[in-house]
Amino acid sequence: MAKALYIDYQKCTGCRLCELVCAVSHDGISNPARSRIRVMKWEAEGLYIPMSCQQCEDAPCKLVCPVKAISRDEELGRVFIDYDVCIGCRACIGACPFGAMSFNIKEKQVFKCDLCDGDPQCVRFCEVKAVDFIDADEVSILKKRNAAERVSVAGKEAAALEAQL
Amino acid sequence: MPLDRKIAYIDLTTGDIQTKPIPLDVRKKFLGGRGLDSYLLYNHTEKACDPLGPKNALMISGGILTATCASATARTHVMAKSPLTGLLGSANMGGFFAPEMAWAGFHHLVIKGKAKHPVYIYLHNGKIEIRDARDIWGKSVPDTQWAIREDLGDQEVKSCVCGPAGENLVRFANVMTGIKNSGGRTGMGCVMGSKNLKAVAARGTMDIKIARPTEALDYNKRFIDQIVSAKVNQTQGALGTPFIWGATNSWGGVRCRNFQYNQCEYADDIEPERIDEICEETMGPYHMTGCYGCQVHCRAQYKIPEGPYAGKYDEGPEYTSQGAFGGETDTPRALTVLVGNHLVDQFGMDNLETGSLISWAMELYELGIITSKETDGLDLRFGNDEAVIEMIERICFRKGWLGDTLADGGIAASEKIGKNSFDYLIQVKGMSNLHSDERATPGLALNIATASRGSDHLRSRPAIDLYHLPQEVLKKIYGSPVAYDGPLSSEHTEYIGKPWQVFWHENCYMGVDCLGICKYHTTFLGATLPNFEDWSKVLYYNTGLEMTPEEIWDVARRCNMIERIFNLREGLTREDLKKGDMLNHRYFDEPCRRGAIDVVGTKIDKKKFIKMIDELYEHKGLDKDGVPTPETLQSLGLENEPSHLL
Repeated sequence: MAKALYIDYQKCTGCRLCELVCAVSHDGISNPARSRIRVMKWEAEGLYIPMSCQQCEDAPCKLVCPVKAISRDEELGRVFIDYDVCIGCRACIGACPFGAMSFNIKEKQVFKCDLCDGDPQCVRFCEVKAVDFIDADEVSILKKRNAAERVSVAGKEAAALEAQL
Repeated sequence: MPLDRKIAYIDLTTGDIQTKPIPLDVRKKFLGGRGLDSYLLYNHTEKACDPLGPKNALMISGGILTATCASATARTHVMAKSPLTGLLGSANMGGFFAPEMAWAGFHHLVIKGKAKHPVYIYLHNGKIEIRDARDIWGKSVPDTQWAIREDLGDQEVKSCVCGPAGENLVRFANVMTGIKNSGGRTGMGCVMGSKNLKAVAARGTMDIKIARPTEALDYNKRFIDQIVSAKVNQTQGALGTPFIWGATNSWGGVRCRNFQYNQCEYADDIEPERIDEICEETMGPYHMTGCYGCQVHCRAQYKIPEGPYAGKYDEGPEYTSQGAFGGETDTPRALTVLVGNHLVDQFGMDNLETGSLISWAMELYELGIITSKETDGLDLRFGNDEAVIEMIERICFRKGWLGDTLADGGIAASEKIGKNSFDYLIQVKGMSNLHSDERATPGLALNIATASRGSDHLRSRPAIDLYHLPQEVLKKIYGSPVAYDGPLSSEHTEYIGKPWQVFWHENCYMGVDCLGICKYHTTFLGATLPNFEDWSKVLYYNTGLEMTPEEIWDVARRCNMIERIFNLREGLTREDLKKGDMLNHRYFDEPCRRGAIDVVGTKIDKKKFIKMIDELYEHKGLDKDGVPTPETLQSLGLENEPSHLL
């Protein structure tokens, strides 16, 4: 079973280390413009949301690619670009609803998250685990547990209130 | 390469802009950040220049490792002659500005002159533009940044700005970036205001090539593992710097009622756990945020829960705000600290200086040295929360006689107030002390008395002195990278060996400031965290520059010496109470009245203290008057300053 990148923005501290290690591990260069993951920030509210490729099953970038350079790699659970075929037309950038496809002005190529061939560096470095790499069929179990906890806390509070009456 | 980032000279009077590379031999002598800034300050200002005049030079910089794959390289350094002290002006802040400046192609800016009307400087991929800021003038610190983003049509722009306090030439106005990252101390925002410079904005997408990416990444990972496994950083990452409050206050190391007590009673309300409790509407489960690339994430986020500022979002409050608006003024109420912190963040004003001066004025009011005539009817007694909040606003906008007077800083205010008001002013070199009380800790007292930018805990404080580390650990830390076989004491109340510790930390902190790394990532609060040995590696992996730990130590000594000769040029004399390496008499005369058994009754022994200063001078290579000997200058390669290499 392939793993999936799981982003919990509530945990994100907004430090952007993921951007740094992404660019350095792929290109040996520090430059957020080269990062496959970007943290979108609303500093005035303290809201930080890391954005990366969702590795869509029915990927718009794949559908729109005129030379079929984009395919799905089921083994690693990712959408993959074949640079031998890519013509750099950037149609995929226009099609991606998440802004996950970027363009490198030096190498004149589009690029996106490749899950670091199964060892995502953003996950390796994110100490608060705002970015995690987990089994794709388990991505919602954490959310379920968190939601259940909220329900349980609410239940206890309601019982306590009732007891006071 | 990090080493190809440029230096730019900007003249706001003429609009002239010049860009130059930074030669490798200059790098090897001063690295970058604060170190190179101090060199530039000495070379680009003339003796006795007016800090608020067009000839004062304002430096804004990143460290040599800024935006590289070293950990937590977020620090922006700002330097100029200080309008508060008339000596070295120097401020350092976290956030995201310096990395953005590096991606825009620059490591150092030297800004001179005065613009005809409010402007801001925009750095963008190697280009520099001076833009109109007339519509932005008057805006708060955050609003200025949002307005610049609107003006440029780019939400990713990062700016460092001055707030209303800087515009009003409050002598201790901050340079700030983000919500609360503050280049506080010594009034660098005031220098910006005097130049009609509202902000410096940056946006960059230029590559910084890492010399050895794999090694740099692996080292960074090991570094992070070490940092996050240290208990001190875990606590800091959960509560922020306020985690220190409980320990230092209950022990008796916190100034209360200006300097009357060394402990603030009934202060549980301003503990971080309590603040979390009342600020229900925090952001996410961790409600903590971090600076660029940092895994310590020590900044708390909060929304003011009630009162006239209810719902306002801010970051902090730091330990400093707890002391400034809770402890010193004896108003230990969470809401007062939260609102006080919020106001100084909006105004762009040094929380530490503000709180310290308010508590000084409160003591003067209590003593009858100032009366309700000077306060325009404000009941400025200790414990009056409303008066604290009101004074913050009066100082920023120079409202009323006292607000206007305090806005000029402690020494100028004491001269205006007269009588014996100066005796009660807790300052060194014209800058107020942190709310910490150093009477039980001679090593820490030596630090604030001799720090280059005036009373300051971030220049040479041997904070780990309080941990009572065993001798062998002390020997290991302080015997590297240069040998030291003199005595060291595990006892914080001792005078033995402290001058070497202060000297060592002075060089250690200069080191991180040159690299652009945060002090929480070195031997400051955590005794086991990296220093010179590790920096040598991390510098090589990221920049390719080969320097031994001893060479980095020498750079730090050299840069500290430049700061010293700048201060000497501007009038520092050893025992001058206003411009020298000397503490307020109360440290020697008034014993601590509260606190733990090892604190209560302690005061600084003046004779021993002066001996410590002698010893520190010896370590630094200064003579008895605190002036470097010709041999010292020669050994550091500073015999021909100003040498105008850059």
